[in-house]
Amino acid sequence: MLQLFKTRFEQGKRTLEFPGEHTLPDRFRGLPALRPELCRDGCAACAESCPTEAIQLSPLRLDLARCLFCGACAEACPEGAISFSNRYPLSFRSREAMVLDGSEAQLAGALDQRMRSLFGRSLRLRQVAAGDCSGCAAELTALGNVVFDLGRFGIQFVASPRHADGLVITGPVTDNMRFALRQAYEATPSPKIVIAVGACALSGGPFRGSGHSADGVPPEVPVDLYVAGCPPHPLTLLDGMLRLLGRIEAGR
Amino acid sequence: MATRPVLEERRPRTGWLANGTALSLEAVAARPLQDLTAIAIDARDRGKHLIALFPFRDGARARLLLVTGEAMSARLSATAFELEGERGWPSITPLWPEAHLFEREIHEGWGLVPEGHPWLKAVRGHRELEVPPRSPPHPFLRAEGEGVHEVAVGPIHAGIIEPGHFRFQCFGEEILHLEIQLGYQQRGAEELLENANPARRMVVAESIAGDTAVGHALAYCTALEGLSGTRVPLRAQAVRGLALELERVCNHVGDLGALCNDVGYLPGAAYFGRMRGDFLNLLMELSGNRYGRSLLVPGGVRFDFTQALQARVLRTLDAGEGQLRDTFRLMVTTPSVLSRFEGTGVVSKESALELGFVGPTARACGVARDVRTDHPSGVFQFTHVPVAIAEEGDVMARANIRWLEVLRSLRFIREQVSRLPDGPVRVALHPPAPSSMTAALVEGWRGEIAHVVVTDGNGSVVRHKVVDPSFHNWLALALSVRGAQISDFPLCNKSFNLSYAGHDL
Repeated sequence: MLQLFKTRFEQGKRTLEFPGEHTLPDRFRGLPALRPELCRDGCAACAESCPTEAIQLSPLRLDLARCLFCGACAEACPEGAISFSNRYPLSFRSREAMVLDGSEAQLAGALDQRMRSLFGRSLRLRQVAAGDCSGCAAELTALGNVVFDLGRFGIQFVASPRHADGLVITGPVTDNMRFALRQAYEATPSPKIVIAVGACALSGGPFRGSGHSADGVPPEVPVDLYVAGCPPHPLTLLDGMLRLLGRIEAGR
Repeated sequence: MATRPVLEERRPRTGWLANGTALSLEAVAARPLQDLTAIAIDARDRGKHLIALFPFRDGARARLLLVTGEAMSARLSATAFELEGERGWPSITPLWPEAHLFEREIHEGWGLVPEGHPWLKAVRGHRELEVPPRSPPHPFLRAEGEGVHEVAVGPIHAGIIEPGHFRFQCFGEEILHLEIQLGYQQRGAEELLENANPARRMVVAESIAGDTAVGHALAYCTALEGLSGTRVPLRAQAVRGLALELERVCNHVGDLGALCNDVGYLPGAAYFGRMRGDFLNLLMELSGNRYGRSLLVPGGVRFDFTQALQARVLRTLDAGEGQLRDTFRLMVTTPSVLSRFEGTGVVSKESALELGFVGPTARACGVARDVRTDHPSGVFQFTHVPVAIAEEGDVMARANIRWLEVLRSLRFIREQVSRLPDGPVRVALHPPAPSSMTAALVEGWRGEIAHVVVTDGNGSVVRHKVVDPSFHNWLALALSVRGAQISDFPLCNKSFNLSYAGHDL
């Protein structure tokens, strides 16, 4: 018993204040900064280095739905037109907003008033893995640990879609999971929300075009929040969920 | 990294190679298919382990390639069999059960028939999606009688877990039989590794199993470097080894926490869960990603250890190791934990040997199988990490193996990080050898990861076969719950913590 108290004392309080100022390491690759004015005519080094064809040229565009945040483009660019900041907010309300062009990124805003009054202080989610490598799932699981402590925000993962207010979908939605995903979506009572997490769920990610998946959440399941990353950092996930619930201001 | 193929003349037409070296396809010139049975019996009797068995097509010719490993000599052997005009063979599974899932996989993908296979069912296919169905329906094994009932679980499970279908035959609370049907996660990774551009292949390799990004990336890079005879700088080899062992620590610590959670021991779940994050954060400091993605590239690593990072790693280890020890001590002195762990989910040593289990699953039932010792490559050629062994084969043994491996990996990290060799961390990859093959093995945290790659006359990849440790091990879970209470299933499942995506690829 003494040992138990000693260990508990040594563990201390580890829960991160959130929202708050958290600086991730310099090597962490978060929200990219684009400076298209630096691009040289005819240079395609970034696009050629990109494993997932996330980059379009003239003018320079970077699609965060496809981006794996590997940093190969920043390494390849001779002019420094692409660089990755260590900013972790990477959630968006539409696919179009995820295509960066050098102007300020339009991060996710909140649900409408009615949905916020329903889910603002209590949101129950059902996770559906549909071909994910378990990377995104592992970070969603990490949200439950004492550091991120998702429960304090009234957000909880539940065992059945019938008990859920929404789905969190990871993976490119494999052919073999598409039917099960649709069933889970239909079993979730309305009104409901859908959060697509990670490059696979947004665009197929590394598996785009393999012919075994829908290359992301298919049209029959409308998405309310897109969270970029491979996998997204737990802070990115937390930030996205709280933005959706209107608990982080859109301008921040 | 040795680059010259090791050949032995007195065994014609079976090629020998060391882990991560190239072998000319001429050295594995095809034998007639009827030799397969004799070769399989010979391999079994010599105690060899089946690493991979798969067909490939080189131009117009189709061949079957068998890759086995022999721990005593640290050698791998490769034997090819002529498939042209063949429609099947007498199944080798009844003689050599390690082959059971490989033969099913070949049947599913190529339509070849291993005659007499005891359970020739699709591994990943889902009949309802095939129009017309490629195979006749193959129902689940079913128990019948008074009081016998069936429990079906999945593909979507009750937590944040990957999808798979579990079909239990139960008598009351007792499990008579469990059949596991996977395939829901199939993404076509091998096709992409063969056909996509090189940049894409690298990220696909990292995504085979997201918690094993470093392990699969290392096997992928080792295969490419072996095929091309590229020598990886020593410093890069050390950084790779450090990342691999950090990945092992993260996952093992996380698993210890998850095991505590499954028996309701929340201090263990909370503390181990938090400390897993500390080690993930070290990987992030090194590579910019909590899972070590983007660290490895063919030819080396993209990020080096700075002085500051070396100090940071040692500080984290100094602070973390004592806390890990305290938490483990709490766990194993709590009677409610021990009563659930001990004697639960037993796998016998005989089963492990017969069915070719790998990694902690095998080591927990007395099988000393560890790629780092048996087929060392990279930094493990210079530093030996002792193999952790337990005999009991139960949940407790699998927890103990994880704990021992955490300690040994931490010691390895401590040693390596304070004496990193000088020099570059990345060199250019040479062009791959034509008409060659390589087998790259890595001891990932779940066990043996194998990437077997075959090139054609132009040096292009014609086959990239990936065998995740979970492919070998899923049957261990099914065996461990026979005769157990169905309420022990989640605990047993967690004690193996296998990858669905790695199995389904």
